[in-house]
Amino acid sequence: MNLNCILDRQGWLLADGATATNLFNMGLEAGEAPEMLNVMDPAKVSKLYRNAVAAGAQLFLTNSFGSNRARLQLHNAADRSRELSKVAALLAREVADSSPELCIVAGSMGPSGEIMGPAGSLSHSDAVELFHEQATGLAEGGVDLLWIETMSSQEEFLAAAEGCRLAGLPWCGTMSFDTAGRTMMGISPPQLVDIAESVVPAPLAMGANCGSGISDLMQALIQICDARPSRPVIAKGNAGIPSFVEGRIHYAGSPEVMADYVELARNVGATIIGGCCGTTPRHVEKMRERLETAPMGAKPRLEEVIAKLGPLTYDNAPRTNRRRSRRRRSAGRRPARHN
Amino acid sequence: MDDYDDLILSELPNEELVPQMHDDLYDGLNEEVVEGVNILLERGWLPYRVLTEALVEGMRIVGIDFRDGILFVPEVLMSANAMKAGMTILKPLLIETGAPRMGKMVIGTVKGDIHDIGKNLVSMMMEGAGFEVVDLGINNPVENYLEAIETEDPDILGMSALLTTTMPYMKVVIDRLKELGIRDNLVVLVGGAPLNEEFARAIGADSYCRDAAIAVETAKEYMARKHNQLVAAG
Repeated sequence: MNLNCILDRQGWLLADGATATNLFNMGLEAGEAPEMLNVMDPAKVSKLYRNAVAAGAQLFLTNSFGSNRARLQLHNAADRSRELSKVAALLAREVADSSPELCIVAGSMGPSGEIMGPAGSLSHSDAVELFHEQATGLAEGGVDLLWIETMSSQEEFLAAAEGCRLAGLPWCGTMSFDTAGRTMMGISPPQLVDIAESVVPAPLAMGANCGSGISDLMQALIQICDARPSRPVIAKGNAGIPSFVEGRIHYAGSPEVMADYVELARNVGATIIGGCCGTTPRHVEKMRERLETAPMGAKPRLEEVIAKLGPLTYDNAPRTNRRRSRRRRSAGRRPARHN
Repeated sequence: MDDYDDLILSELPNEELVPQMHDDLYDGLNEEVVEGVNILLERGWLPYRVLTEALVEGMRIVGIDFRDGILFVPEVLMSANAMKAGMTILKPLLIETGAPRMGKMVIGTVKGDIHDIGKNLVSMMMEGAGFEVVDLGINNPVENYLEAIETEDPDILGMSALLTTTMPYMKVVIDRLKELGIRDNLVVLVGGAPLNEEFARAIGADSYCRDAAIAVETAKEYMARKHNQLVAAG
């Protein structure tokens, strides 16, 4: 696998930056599906990929984050999941194959947007089918591997992994820890490691992406690495927090801050490192330069991370446990969820 | 202690039943919450009192632990569903008995965005706090908001977005409200994980609400302010 080739050779691998942010900069309108561009304006998508590769990304994600049936439904394109996924991959394959440097195409698979588990309505089998369909399209278009990202629930993460298995391709998986240090659904970074390690076949790599500020991501990364996963760890953080400047979304993180971030992330133990929302080719260039030039350093503590990258966006104080119910349960009743 | 002893709700006096209902809401136990609501009504409680002391107070506790990162979305959804089950009984009775209204909110996720988890939580917690809520669902173009504002005459407009690609659409809606000269008739609250207060101000919203519990607090504040202004003016 080329992923391991690059990791063996360099000890790290630079992944790309944002997809949507960069498509916005090329004129994508708010509320429109980025995946429709794969067929409506493929030149733009190719340009997005080429810019990432030219800036030094050795792995880039296809423009297929939302190309699953449930999300495309919004744009009356539910039945185009496989087609749009395939085209996203074909365009990416073309760019990767014409790159002088070895370059990996990762088929992006984001969440369905539906809720699974006891509180939700999407069943495991429907979820598997939806991700399998997307993964099949990406496989047909020639991706090297599948890239499950921005997940928040264990159920959905497992369903997506199952979809990858059915499509017959290796996969990587990341979750988004944006809620008080956990995912929206309450998964902690060490739990992600347990979940990912339990999947057969195991992922090529696992980690954290997106979420909130970059220091929040680093905190999750530290916890993931402390849990000692047996596979390479991925970090793909946002270039700061979004703000609105002159009618456009702007991310506050400068290329220099993102360069500091990749260095810190590598020192923490991540080996596959890239950006997420707000990370433009300008950032990616600086990130590559830093990885090339900075020597490996000591593992930083959270305080050091915060000093360099900015404060956490949440209160990191230890939390109390959930209230204990006074109810005594009859046999067979659903037990309360405990953290 | 025997963990498998069941409680008989109808045997509890009010001062134990009500905290037990708070616990049952916390644990998301639909049937038990419904049973508790029925018992209190049978005991002659006014629907509004059942709503505020049992359900709203229970959801307030859920809200605190959600805000503090002790409960997460799945638990809160279970609680909100239990609350909803209780509300199904109370809603017609509240209308019948002419209970006081907190205010009215129109809420929806913006165009292109499928995410309705946060919005649903806000919707349910707002109902839990006694607001009337008109939920437009997901993927709303500006026209949907305008139509609902026209027909429902809400005090508050709530918009939600979870994606980088959809956040800017909130500004599209607010700009349109300004053009029509109706922006200032409404309190505009926005929410969604990638947003923040600064963003809310930049697009012309009144407030950013980090989570459903804060949305309820913020809405209450604005309603109190509006009420005071009316009193001062009258």
